[in-house]
Formats: sequence, structure tokens, C-alpha cells
Amino acid sequence: MKRLILLASLLLMPLAHANDLYQQLGEKQGISAIVEEMLYRVGGDERIVHHFDGVDIVQVHELITEQVCDVVGGPCDYQGETMQAAHQGMGITHADFNALVEHLIIAMEKHDVPVAAQNRLLARLAPMYGDITEE
Amino acid sequence: MLKRGLQYALVASLLLPAVAAAQGSKLLATGGASTIEGAGGGGIVPWATLSSYADTGEWGATVNLTEVQVDDFRLSVQGASLSWNNRLEVSYAKQIFDLSTIGGELEQNIWGVKARLFGDLIYGELPQISVGLQHKNNQTFALPSAVGATDDNGTDWYISAAKAWLNGPFHRTWVANLTARRTRANQLGLLGFGGDKSDSAEWLAEASVAAFINRYWAVGVEYRQKPDNLNFAVEQDWRDLFVGYFPSKRLSVVGAYTDLGSIAGLDDQHGWYLSLQASF
Ligand code: HEM
Repeated sequence: MKRLILLASLLLMPLAHANDLYQQLGEKQGISAIVEEMLYRVGGDERIVHHFDGVDIVQVHELITEQVCDVVGGPCDYQGETMQAAHQGMGITHADFNALVEHLIIAMEKHDVPVAAQNRLLARLAPMYGDITEE
Repeated sequence: MLKRGLQYALVASLLLPAVAAAQGSKLLATGGASTIEGAGGGGIVPWATLSSYADTGEWGATVNLTEVQVDDFRLSVQGASLSWNNRLEVSYAKQIFDLSTIGGELEQNIWGVKARLFGDLIYGELPQISVGLQHKNNQTFALPSAVGATDDNGTDWYISAAKAWLNGPFHRTWVANLTARRTRANQLGLLGFGGDKSDSAEWLAEASVAAFINRYWAVGVEYRQKPDNLNFAVEQDWRDLFVGYFPSKRLSVVGAYTDLGSIAGLDDQHGWYLSLQASF
């Protein structure tokens, strides 16, 4: 019995770990608020706001929220485009990407996301850099 | 509510100060600090990162002041750098070395150029790889010459690799930098170049590791191998333990405890290092 519990807890651990990041981001509601804050800031940033001309920002907000929720192991299933397809032809640069990451970090800070959780989320988004940018 | 709010975001651009745009787009602290030789990096090691926050298509500049106070000496550095496109950095530093105990003063000027070849500090698999040179001109060669130095000027060449781990040990962001430098500079060049013990350039290793407690504070260590070209006194490797503070993209402060070994025959030179950098 003891062994079984140990086994079960070992199997569940990665899940518990992932869920704990989802929780630290404030679950779906918290993620939605963070992404909203990020997009507000993007809207005020003359460096990158032009990329969003004519974009349905409410839909993008929903999709990014869904995707972040999915990526951190939350109960979501991102159904949008691949990152490559979604950003193709926009000519997003290293500077543009950093600008958006900066707004995300500030949004997380404003929502009191602990540094460890911030870093864990950033480490999961950073690998998308190659698919999103064109230089 | 959300929809209307997001649509108003555009209006907010008029109200938010446009500071972000003016400061360059690289992430906070990735411009690093200024080294005692003017290049962007840690305190004593030039890093593969370029000075300032100039990202794709942007220009950036820094001015910096550094004071190092060890038992028998004091080093004062004034420097400046100009960077473009996260690609190219040009730097200048003036070093004044006060021989407090022995008496007198040594002085040199350093012009530096550094170029990022490929890779990126944060994104992708490859580390950021840069090459650079530092051309140094000693303005007070009488003393170095008297103790066996060959030349009053010299050029260091280096190649650096730097990588950040966003989610490193303890879920903290870590940065490591390795530099290989070809040099014949004695005590940075303050004691001239080449000497009576060894006159040829050699490759030396330099390394730094830092951990970010949060995005404003970092702690780290640096190590720098040194040549030993003069018979009159041994020259030893340098190391330091530092704390960096990056309150904004405008300003950084680095404080360190440093061990500079034996200098000009005076052993165990330990002390403090303080560096301020303003970037534009
Ligand atoms: C890790 C970073 C990023 C993530 C996770 C991300 C995620 C997403 C997602 C999920 C979508 C919706 C895809 C769909 O429509 O199915 C999207 C669309 C979009 N993204 Fe990103 N993005 C990132 C970086 C950027 C950057 C740096 C920019 C520009 C500065 C940008 C600009 C856009 C634009 C303009 C759209 C709307 C495309 C359209 O509807 O035509 N994204 N992004």
C-alpha cells in the first residue's frame, strides 16, 4: 500500500508541478488578466503597435490566453494557428519580440506573479522565438 | 468592457510616456555593465553582450565611472560606448592608476571595438558569440620601461560566448560568459606590453557566472587569467564577487569585492570595486 502511494505520488508529481505554475499565474482568470494588461501596454507602444493594425484584438487576447493556459499545463487546449502561421510575413524583429516580452514581464509583476513562476513561463515561450521572428 | 478597454489602448499611447522607445528594446540588464577596459560586460571580463539597450535597428550609448580601491592602489576609470543594432560596439576608457603606497600615477587610454558574430544571449540554441579588440596606449611609459616592459602600446584580441538560462537552478535566470583573450598587456597595460620575462602574446581565459535574484538584482563571480611578462614582480590572476543592480534601463550599479593578487611586488591586493553606468 505504502509503495502504491509512493508510486502514485511519483507519477502525479510532474502534473502537480505543472499545475502549480498554472495556479501561480492565477489560473485561467489570472492569465486572462495578465494577457490583457500585456496587450494594453502593447497598444501604447509605438515600437510595435503597428503590427496590430486592423487585428481583432479581442480574439487575439482569447487565443493567447488559451495558449498560455495550455503551455503551462492548465486545462486548456489551444486551437489557434501555429506560431509560424500566425506571425508569418509580419517581419517581427528581435527588438519587437523583446518589446512584447517586456510588456508581459511588467504585466506579471503587476499581478504579483512570483519571480520563479515568471521565469518558468518565459522559458516556455522563449523557444517560440524562431517561429515568430524574421530577420 | 474588455473590448472597449482594448480599443482605448491606442489612445493610451498618447498618455504613456514614450520612454520605452527612447531607451532601446533589449531586455533589462542584458546591456550588462561596463568593464574597467570600457567594453560592455562584467566588471573585469568583456562579455559577448553589447553595451547599452540598442536592439535591431537602434542606437545606444553609455557613459560609465568605475573606482577600484585595493590595499596599495586605486584605479579610476572613465568610459563611454556607442552601440548599434545589437551588432557593433565602440568603446573608450581612460584609466588612471594611483600608486598610493609607492607614489606616482600610471595612465592609459583604451579604444575598443566589439562585433556580435551570431547567436543570441536569450533566444535559440546557440550562445551569443562576439569578437573584439582593445587597443591600449600607455601615457606614462617611463616607469613600465624601467621595470622591463617592451612597448608602450598593444592590442588585445578576444572572442566571447555568453548564454542566459531563463529558468535556471532555483527557477532563477542565470548568465554565463566565457572569453578567450590574446594579449601581452602587463596589469591591463598600465605596466606596458611584453617584457623581459616573456615578450610574446598568449591566449588567456576569462569567465563570469551570474544569477538574477529578480530582474533588478544579480549576484555573480568573475575570474580572469593574467599574463606574467615582467621579472621585477609576479602578476597573478584576478577574481571578484559582485552584486549588480539594474533599477532601470537608464542606470546600473555594480559593487564587488575583488582579489587582484600581487601587483608590482605588493602582495594580496584585496578591496572594493564600484561602477556606475548610465545608458541612453
Ligand atoms: C512568445 C511570444 C508570442 C506568443 C506566445 C504569441 C501568440 C499569439 C497567438 C496565440 C496568436 C493568435 C493566433 C491565431 O490567430 O490563431 C497571435 C497573433 C498575433 N500576434 Fe503573436 N505571439 C507572440 C509574439 C508576438 C509578437 C512579438 C508580435 C509583434 C510585435 C505579435 C503579433 C501578433 C499579431 C499582430 C497577431 C494577430 C495576427 C492576425 O490576427 O492576423 N506576436 N500571437
